[in-house]
Amino acid sequence: MTGNPTANILEVDHLSMRFGGIVAVKDLSFTAKRGDITALIGPNGAGKTTVFNCITGFYKPTTGMIRMIHGDSREFLLERLFDFRISKLAKVARTFQNIRLFAGMTALENLMVAQHNGLMRASGYTFLGLIGSPGFRSAERSAIDRARYWLDRIGLLARADEAAGNLPYGDQRRLEIARAMCSRPALLCLDEPAAGLNAREGEALSELLRLIRNEHDTSILLIEHDMSVVMQISDRIIVLDYGVKISEGTPQMIRDDPKVIAAYLGTDEKTAIAVMAGGA
Amino acid sequence: MAVPKSKKSDGPDVAAPALNQQTATRDRSVASIIKNAVVSALLALVLFSLMIGIRTETGPSGQLTYWTRFGELAAVVGAVFVGSIIVETIKRWTGPLGSVELPDTVRRAFSVLGRVLIPALLIFALLVPVIFYNQRYLLDLGILVLTYVMLGWGLNIVVGLAGLLDLGYVAFYAVGAYSYALLAQSGLPFPYFIETYPYVAIDFLQLGSWAFWALLPVSGVLAAFWGVLLGFPVLRLRGDYLAIVTLAFGEIIRLVILNWQDLTGGPNGVSGIPRPTVFGIPLTPGEDGFAALIGVPFSPTHRLVFLFYIILALALLTNWVTIRLRRLPIGRAWEAMREDEVACRALGINITTTKLSAFAIGAMFGGFAGAFFATRQGFISPESFTFQESALVLAIVVLGGMGSQLGVALAAIAMIGGFELFRGLDQFRMLVFGGVMVLLMIWRPRGLVSHRAPSVFLGRQTAIPSSMVKEGDG
Repeated sequence: MTGNPTANILEVDHLSMRFGGIVAVKDLSFTAKRGDITALIGPNGAGKTTVFNCITGFYKPTTGMIRMIHGDSREFLLERLFDFRISKLAKVARTFQNIRLFAGMTALENLMVAQHNGLMRASGYTFLGLIGSPGFRSAERSAIDRARYWLDRIGLLARADEAAGNLPYGDQRRLEIARAMCSRPALLCLDEPAAGLNAREGEALSELLRLIRNEHDTSILLIEHDMSVVMQISDRIIVLDYGVKISEGTPQMIRDDPKVIAAYLGTDEKTAIAVMAGGA
Repeated sequence: MAVPKSKKSDGPDVAAPALNQQTATRDRSVASIIKNAVVSALLALVLFSLMIGIRTETGPSGQLTYWTRFGELAAVVGAVFVGSIIVETIKRWTGPLGSVELPDTVRRAFSVLGRVLIPALLIFALLVPVIFYNQRYLLDLGILVLTYVMLGWGLNIVVGLAGLLDLGYVAFYAVGAYSYALLAQSGLPFPYFIETYPYVAIDFLQLGSWAFWALLPVSGVLAAFWGVLLGFPVLRLRGDYLAIVTLAFGEIIRLVILNWQDLTGGPNGVSGIPRPTVFGIPLTPGEDGFAALIGVPFSPTHRLVFLFYIILALALLTNWVTIRLRRLPIGRAWEAMREDEVACRALGINITTTKLSAFAIGAMFGGFAGAFFATRQGFISPESFTFQESALVLAIVVLGGMGSQLGVALAAIAMIGGFELFRGLDQFRMLVFGGVMVLLMIWRPRGLVSHRAPSVFLGRQTAIPSSMVKEGDG
């Protein structure tokens, strides 16, 4: 791991997002540390996906600042970068709540598309590639090797040449993560990666995320409903409710926070404390 | 069609042991066939009661006269009723169309055929001028077919790979044709430009016999430029909206050509366009002509054969570039964009340049084809660049199977050749043609060659069925 291990990789500062009269995110500030898995949780409609869309450039925040700090202390203000540049320059990759693989392309092709920008440069913006320059060929070989590495990691090496849309649901989830990783992100944003997975697939997912954290220079920010996954793998958790941060801390702290439980149960804090006392 | 009989379109499992259940299914399907036929007949009655049942005409003194033709009406409605029963029965019999699964042996036979077909077609194309040397008509037809093969392959980049529905492709064909025609005739067509910047002005007339070869790339570049120009305003449009704007673009180009008389000659067109030369040696009967040079008697067929090989080479160039581009990052980005634009953006792919490059490269090949068209005809006018051409080329791409090179070539042969084949049918030509197209689209809704070949593979290249591949909506 490069740089200061305790340094922040993402700093979200006073972020607000308004859609007409609706305030989806209100004055939200949080940080994600380099090398950590940071989870963003909260009940339905809490504004988690909106935060994600602001970070990954799909929405332009109404106010606030999102700062991405790389290991070599280069900084990017994500709210000023547009669209594809967030992935290309700031190295923030994301997955989607409803899987968005290129269904008609093979698993391998999906991972090759993810390495577009590097390959595009190597192919001399197509001109060198068209005449088959040796530089491009070696770049393509190493791109295939990278894809092969990730296919191996997610256990899909044997099905590399199958259409992505033909793969089982759990494999598609992991393939989407592998595809995001092929773009060599510094920060990987996962939007409900465990949604719709069974227990075994959830376990495989946790393992994959741990592998990414431990063996790659990539920090993870994830939204999740599945508490078992969140509590197992997160280093820090941020809880949102109605677009406002209500709690932040380690999984243990969050588990015991009456405010969080109140938000999830949809009651006030007193009832939550009573419920906790009863349960304990 | 080899279809297992057990594939009924509805009803419970036919393999069920109870015999009376089978009869019940049959009874129900007979009832639904009759019901469908009655509904169709009623619709026909409503529709045709005015169109056929009553005939109106202006009488001798201007008054309205009419008479009824209930006999004919009854005949048509009856025909619809019987026809509907026949069609429905056939449908029950063969099972649901569209989900036809060919047996393994047939599929293997097809794949062998597919492997042999491409080299066979290529060799045949190379030999056409030799085999049909004395049949000018067939040579001309061959040139026409190859022109549409090239246009189809060019449009295939935009529609088949990038998934951008372009109804105005003929615009680039026109830009290419007029670029070549005007530049070859009068140099840079803007007198004031030559006056203002004499040092940049190039007198293309000085190119003399090299005009076609020098201006062919220029026509392509100009067409690509117009492709980018069209691309910019439609970047944000998708589906139907994109189709309508591209359609309008095609018409705008045609109308500008029609009305800008000073430059393009308007409806009179441009004539006396220089013919191609064998890299500088003209194909003329004179002393310095090609025939005299190689020592054979002059024949006008020489030029035809030469034109045939030019368009064959241009078409194969289009094909080669497309096949290579598909394996390059740009080609994969086009296909990824067709599959899911949002995911592309999340992966750091610049949608703007990706879309524009698809438009530009597609347009460039359209421009090449246009320049060839101009040099082949020696005369061009706006009439050659109507919407009908765009529709024809798009039909070739869709019929061939979007994204498939072989399919597009086969479709071009079938469509253009089919037009000629049905020439004897006179006014029924379009009717037969339309019918055949409808049947083809029922049989193969995703085109003749509808599977997609992966651009890169680790182990074995396995075709991806069309049901997986998206058509693109932008």
